[in-house]
Amino acid sequence: MSSTFVGMPPFPKAASRAVGDAQLRHNLRKATHTIRDKRAAVVAEQPDWAALRAAGAAVKTRVLRHLDGYLEQLEAAVERAGGHVHWAADAAEANRIVIDLVRATGETEVVKVKSMATQEIDLNEALAEAGITAYETDLAELIVQLGDDRPSHILVPAIHRNRAEIREIFRVAMAAWGRPAPDDLTDDPRALAEAARLHLRERFLTAKVGISGANFAVAETGTLVVLESEGNGRMCLTLPETLISVVGIEKLVPTWRDLEVFMQLLPRSSTGERMNPYTSMWTGAAEGQDFHLVLLDNGRTKVLADGVGRQALRCIRCSACLNVCPVYERTGGHAYGSVYPGPIGAILTPQLRGLGSELDASLPYASTLCGACYDVCPVAINIPEVLLHLRAKVGASGAHKVEKLTMRAARRVLSSPALLAASQRTAGRFRRLTPRRLPGPLAAWTDTRDVPAPPPQSFREWWASREEQK
Amino acid sequence: MSSRETILARVRSALADIPFAETPDAVPVPRDYARTRTGPDLIELLRDRLVDYRATVHLDTPVAELARARGRLMVPPGTPDEWLSGVDVVRDDPPLSPAELDRLDGVLTGCAVAIAETGTIVLDGGEAQGRRALTLVPDHHLCVVRRDQVVRTVPEALERLDPTRPLTWISGPSATSDIELNRVEGVHGPRTLEVAII
Ligand code: SF4
Repeated sequence: MSSTFVGMPPFPKAASRAVGDAQLRHNLRKATHTIRDKRAAVVAEQPDWAALRAAGAAVKTRVLRHLDGYLEQLEAAVERAGGHVHWAADAAEANRIVIDLVRATGETEVVKVKSMATQEIDLNEALAEAGITAYETDLAELIVQLGDDRPSHILVPAIHRNRAEIREIFRVAMAAWGRPAPDDLTDDPRALAEAARLHLRERFLTAKVGISGANFAVAETGTLVVLESEGNGRMCLTLPETLISVVGIEKLVPTWRDLEVFMQLLPRSSTGERMNPYTSMWTGAAEGQDFHLVLLDNGRTKVLADGVGRQALRCIRCSACLNVCPVYERTGGHAYGSVYPGPIGAILTPQLRGLGSELDASLPYASTLCGACYDVCPVAINIPEVLLHLRAKVGASGAHKVEKLTMRAARRVLSSPALLAASQRTAGRFRRLTPRRLPGPLAAWTDTRDVPAPPPQSFREWWASREEQK
Repeated sequence: MSSRETILARVRSALADIPFAETPDAVPVPRDYARTRTGPDLIELLRDRLVDYRATVHLDTPVAELARARGRLMVPPGTPDEWLSGVDVVRDDPPLSPAELDRLDGVLTGCAVAIAETGTIVLDGGEAQGRRALTLVPDHHLCVVRRDQVVRTVPEALERLDPTRPLTWISGPSATSDIELNRVEGVHGPRTLEVAII
């Protein structure tokens, strides 16, 4: 990853700030609970969910264990279908490739569909420095961009804004970016969506270059897949003469048939719908478009090298783990200091960026190890296992005061009794996964080097004993 | 070394723990999930799901009758004449610009496959479907689904689809839930999806 959010404080500090923000907490709570109830309902009506989940995990495991071969196969398939494939070892190289491709078209404006990979590499900023304006076109991303803000949730990046704030942002900022908001704009969600539609319409119809990510890339056929809701994805993927897709090397699936698994897992896990409104699938130069695929490493091979941590690359970015996480619900996405928030961020970011900074080293502690994320994950990533594994690494590195990281993360975030009750299913449940690293009673909290694993007592018991000591 | 070589070399060294003799097929993928299911009537199910997404659904209404009510419609190549009697038709020949498409009242198409369980219609650019922009820019999409194009599950649909064609999966009109999670239909795609099952 190229950068931390500018001036980002470590997780505990950022979390403490967020926990104090009542509006944010209210929005997050409403959002995470709504989505998680919807998800539970549509998962329950799918009788073979467990089998789909097992297949999804296995397909991704197969890809990761043989990634080199699959990458070459994908490259050949895309080129056979008239597309161009570029390889980017890091963020700087990916940005350079995209800038050169845009410059070759002679354009200075591009339309973008939401993509975590392009956010991870700070593509918009790099384009701006190169004199190219990138227009975000997802409603939420538009809100974030106009508000000069950062996304806080994978799926609903503007979850931290309420309708009155959004109306203000549109009124103040739309004019500077294009068609202004109507004078009589109300804070009715319909009116706000209509304002966004009008604001972006002209831009879509005249755009010459589109930039996207992809949810899946099929090695066998070279097919790329983008799932979305609003139709801005279709606009960006279809109308421009040139399309550039920046895709992490972990997004591959081996065969066309494998999509039958993920096209069931992702919509239900993600938005809690039977199917998302729009999905686009295209192979190479579709309908004569000039198509460029940029394959991005940027730390992914580091994650791949860790036999335990590798499973984080199975992630299909559904955000289900965020919505069930008691820590995320309290702190919001910004506290995680990267584009990947919540439980997945806590295991992915420190692996992508390394454990050097205090923020990244503190992320594996941003969890109560309650295991809810593992239960909902559609590709069965054992997030608690990876968290413990990373804590062990932080401890072993000796670079950070583990006790401090732990205590501060816990104290600042877990300030409510209800939350603690919710995290009853805790560390003890996962102890057997890392038996060698287990400390004696309470040793974890005094020894800063060897024993970053959770205590053998329940979190609640531990908490109670902490309170007594105060 | 090119970045291609760099990345592939990094991948190979990251996977040093994988037994050299292991082939991709040796990594087991259990496929115990359902390829199909029995359940409610296929057409009823599709209709319910579409209505759930707030699409308008007609069963066995003559297509031309529905089309005549919609004003000037874009009609892709391969559209059966019987759908068009008395309809104010616009052809994409020569191809219309996005701005011109934006001025039409709507578009009339067929489809490649429909998935009952998820209420999804898939377009593949074939007969009576045309290029992707045609079903994207106009504000009203009247889509005809023949009964023999309806399958129950996602796996059954993928079997029928050709990955080399550009595919668009449509499940209801475009929607957003980005403002306090209130669902608003109709953002950038057609704001109305009207489905005629024949
Ligand atoms: S880790 Fe699992 S639950 Fe979380 S976003 Fe990724 S796929 Fe979804």
